[in-house]
Amino acid sequence: MSSWLDYTINGLIVGNVYALVAVGLALIFGVSRLINFAQGSIYLVGAYIGWVAVVQLHTPLPLTIIVVAVAAALVGLIIERFGLRPLQNSVRIAPLLATIGISFVLDQLVMLTFSPNPRALPSQLPDVRFQVGGGTIGPLDLLIAGVGITSALLLFVFLRYSKLGWAVRATAQDRDAAMQMGVDVNRVNQAVFGIAAALGGVSGLLVGMYYNQIDTAMSLQATLKGVVAEVVGGAGNVPGAVIGSLLLGLVESYGVAVFGTSYRNLFAFLLLVVVLVLRPNGLFASARQAPPEPLTGTFIAPSRPVRIPRWALLVAVGVFAVLPLLPVSFYVLQTLINAWLLGMLALSLTLVAGTIGQVSLGHAALLAIGAYTSALLSLTFAVPVGLAIIAGGLMSAALGTALISPSFRLRGHYVSIATLAIGEIVSLVILNWESVTRGPIGISGIPPLSLFGYELISPTSIYWFSFAVMVVLALLQARLLSSHLGRSFRAIRDDDVAARAYGLSLNRYKSLAFIFGGFAAGVSGGIAAHLYSYINHETFNTQQSILALTVVILGGLGNVVGAIVGAVALVGLPEVFRIAAEYRILIYGIVLLLLVRFRPQGLLGTI
Amino acid sequence: MADTLLSLRGLTRRFGGLTAVDDIDLDLAKGELISIIGPNGAGKTTLFNLVTGLDRPDAGVVRFEGQDITGLSPERLAAQGIARTFQLGRVFGNLSVMDNVLIGAHTRLRAVKPAVPVIGPLLELGLALLRPASVKAEEERLREEVKVILARFGERLLPRIDQPAYSLSYANRRRVEIARALALRPRLLLLDEPTAGMNPSETAEMQGLVAELKAEGLTILLIEHKLEMVMRLSDRVLVMDEGKKIAEGAGEAVRNDPKVIEAYLGHGLSGAAEQESAA
Repeated sequence: MSSWLDYTINGLIVGNVYALVAVGLALIFGVSRLINFAQGSIYLVGAYIGWVAVVQLHTPLPLTIIVVAVAAALVGLIIERFGLRPLQNSVRIAPLLATIGISFVLDQLVMLTFSPNPRALPSQLPDVRFQVGGGTIGPLDLLIAGVGITSALLLFVFLRYSKLGWAVRATAQDRDAAMQMGVDVNRVNQAVFGIAAALGGVSGLLVGMYYNQIDTAMSLQATLKGVVAEVVGGAGNVPGAVIGSLLLGLVESYGVAVFGTSYRNLFAFLLLVVVLVLRPNGLFASARQAPPEPLTGTFIAPSRPVRIPRWALLVAVGVFAVLPLLPVSFYVLQTLINAWLLGMLALSLTLVAGTIGQVSLGHAALLAIGAYTSALLSLTFAVPVGLAIIAGGLMSAALGTALISPSFRLRGHYVSIATLAIGEIVSLVILNWESVTRGPIGISGIPPLSLFGYELISPTSIYWFSFAVMVVLALLQARLLSSHLGRSFRAIRDDDVAARAYGLSLNRYKSLAFIFGGFAAGVSGGIAAHLYSYINHETFNTQQSILALTVVILGGLGNVVGAIVGAVALVGLPEVFRIAAEYRILIYGIVLLLLVRFRPQGLLGTI
Repeated sequence: MADTLLSLRGLTRRFGGLTAVDDIDLDLAKGELISIIGPNGAGKTTLFNLVTGLDRPDAGVVRFEGQDITGLSPERLAAQGIARTFQLGRVFGNLSVMDNVLIGAHTRLRAVKPAVPVIGPLLELGLALLRPASVKAEEERLREEVKVILARFGERLLPRIDQPAYSLSYANRRRVEIARALALRPRLLLLDEPTAGMNPSETAEMQGLVAELKAEGLTILLIEHKLEMVMRLSDRVLVMDEGKKIAEGAGEAVRNDPKVIEAYLGHGLSGAAEQESAA
């Protein structure tokens, strides 16, 4: 069984690479209780700096590694100083959102500088394989193992014997006490971000050499894998992160051996969800610990929502309703149709993330469920499109809520990680469940929108249809918020312990929020499917989830009108200013960063 | 005893090597007010958490009206009529005073929350959206009731009824918490340091309110550091130190118990003396 040894070696090597990312995440989580979503972007930056060094400057390998480590550390220091330090006293969600924004900005800058096409990153080592037992091993494998073990040792010595290392450990144990004892917490943060970034950058370089290819899609994958490994090992636990990484590497490698390459990530995310549900404090935490207090507390910035008079809303609805009758271009209508679809998704997310405080990073999965349900029903069973879309909404409500329910017992940042993973799982199931979803080919020839037998093909009719659906959903949501459920949801968001003490079942009300929100998102996805006529597993991706979150924060968490205003602003303004597509995501990232820093309550305020 | 409302037997909770609540027995009769006192870290709040289901005991039994309620979830205990306030104050910051207190009445919602298995939650969603007359009437009735409860606090809360709780003073937040607990129409009320951070006149006001509630027949478990208030209000006093019950009985008897004096003054004095000599 030589291949099994190969798979084991491969798993350990890949695990070593994950460890370099995960250890950095664990260090950062330890001192600042933050899951750094920008870690994968530093890894990406490391890979591209390595490419410049190797291909253009022809540096020798040791120098390449040093250049990458130093440059990545610098990026980490800049992120810490300008992205995160100003947010020290803001609400707990702020730094998390800031790292998401930073990650978008960095990825997009790399993409604009180097183009999105993959590049070859040649390994600077001789291409020979040694026979070991029944398997083979190459010099690069040894290098990766060597770098992994060396950095683990260096880190151990640093944390154990240096003064700054002591300060890092003290801060991780009790930040306030460390500050009172004269520890310069800012320096600790700097040190940790610098180390984490250096490790992440080197990891990107090694992975690039290992696969002999780098591209900008590496970033999100690396963040996800690092987060999985870190959470499996126990957030903030550095040795746990190493073991979690090796475990993840092995699980993936064996999973690929048995089921094939397209299942690799599925195993990673299933491992994450299983660990989160069964042992939310990680595999190595003791069984019954006090709940992780630092992750609780109010997530939402206190603010007074802007009151918009009813007549103003009526006027606005009237203006947008008669807009197609005015001499406007198809282009404007097309843009607004996109805004209305995004608005429905934002309504859904603002309820889930804003009103009941479950900051979902996998919301696009609800679009995908609605879209696939509606498309397949209308194609395969000739269900009328109108009914199929409603069925898509219902399926998204039911299936989405069932899938997300394991995360209901989690809090704070863990909810975001779990929803992100669940979103990825949905996309991977769609990719692999070929008998139903047609797998990577996707679904084409989806019938166009129609209502009571009349096809809606002209932009004007599609505009009216999507606008009307969105307004109805918004009215329903406003009515929901004014009922006892509105205050119950918000109570759970503000303090779930007190809410439970007053008889509010978290499962019941989180389910209801996801059912209601899932319906809106599913309808949006369904309409989109009939509009696009072709969908595949990548149509509804993490970028859309993050875009929706930016919209929601822009409008004000929980704010119904804000969600729609945010959608129009983020879809409409780039169109108005004719900003090229590749710059848009950069702008979304910057908007998110600026909002978190200067107006966390959004334009219209949190409700 | 037929009129025992709450009884604790051998209640124990350990955190690692520390036994925060150590073999506590207690019987609370209907209409009785028992105060739990003791130095900081004695385990008083942990005991409250065990009774209200926010934490589960490692050993021991909690009975409420003769029924074993050990380890039930807080939401089920709330439905049984157990309400509490929190030591550090846990109002819902972004909710108005009205909404905060309405959450207190959540377990009493009937029209909008039909007790139907499985599809109950979906019915609740539908009723919240459709709002038939019965649901509207129930909501209106509860809103009126909240105003009556808030009126107990004079002009402290009523003028601020639509303000978000985060904008209130510390003392007013404590009042909102008590109002929220009263809206549950509790059969057992647990108050965790209701006068923490209040000045003498506010404390006197709160003491008057607790006395009123007791006179109305409410059964109360009170954690309080202000001994004068404890002595005036309590039928009995339970003293805890390092998780253990070190004394129980009438106020005056407990006050003169040497073990109590040692727990309160002994630790404190010897600790202070050591610190001084070290300095």
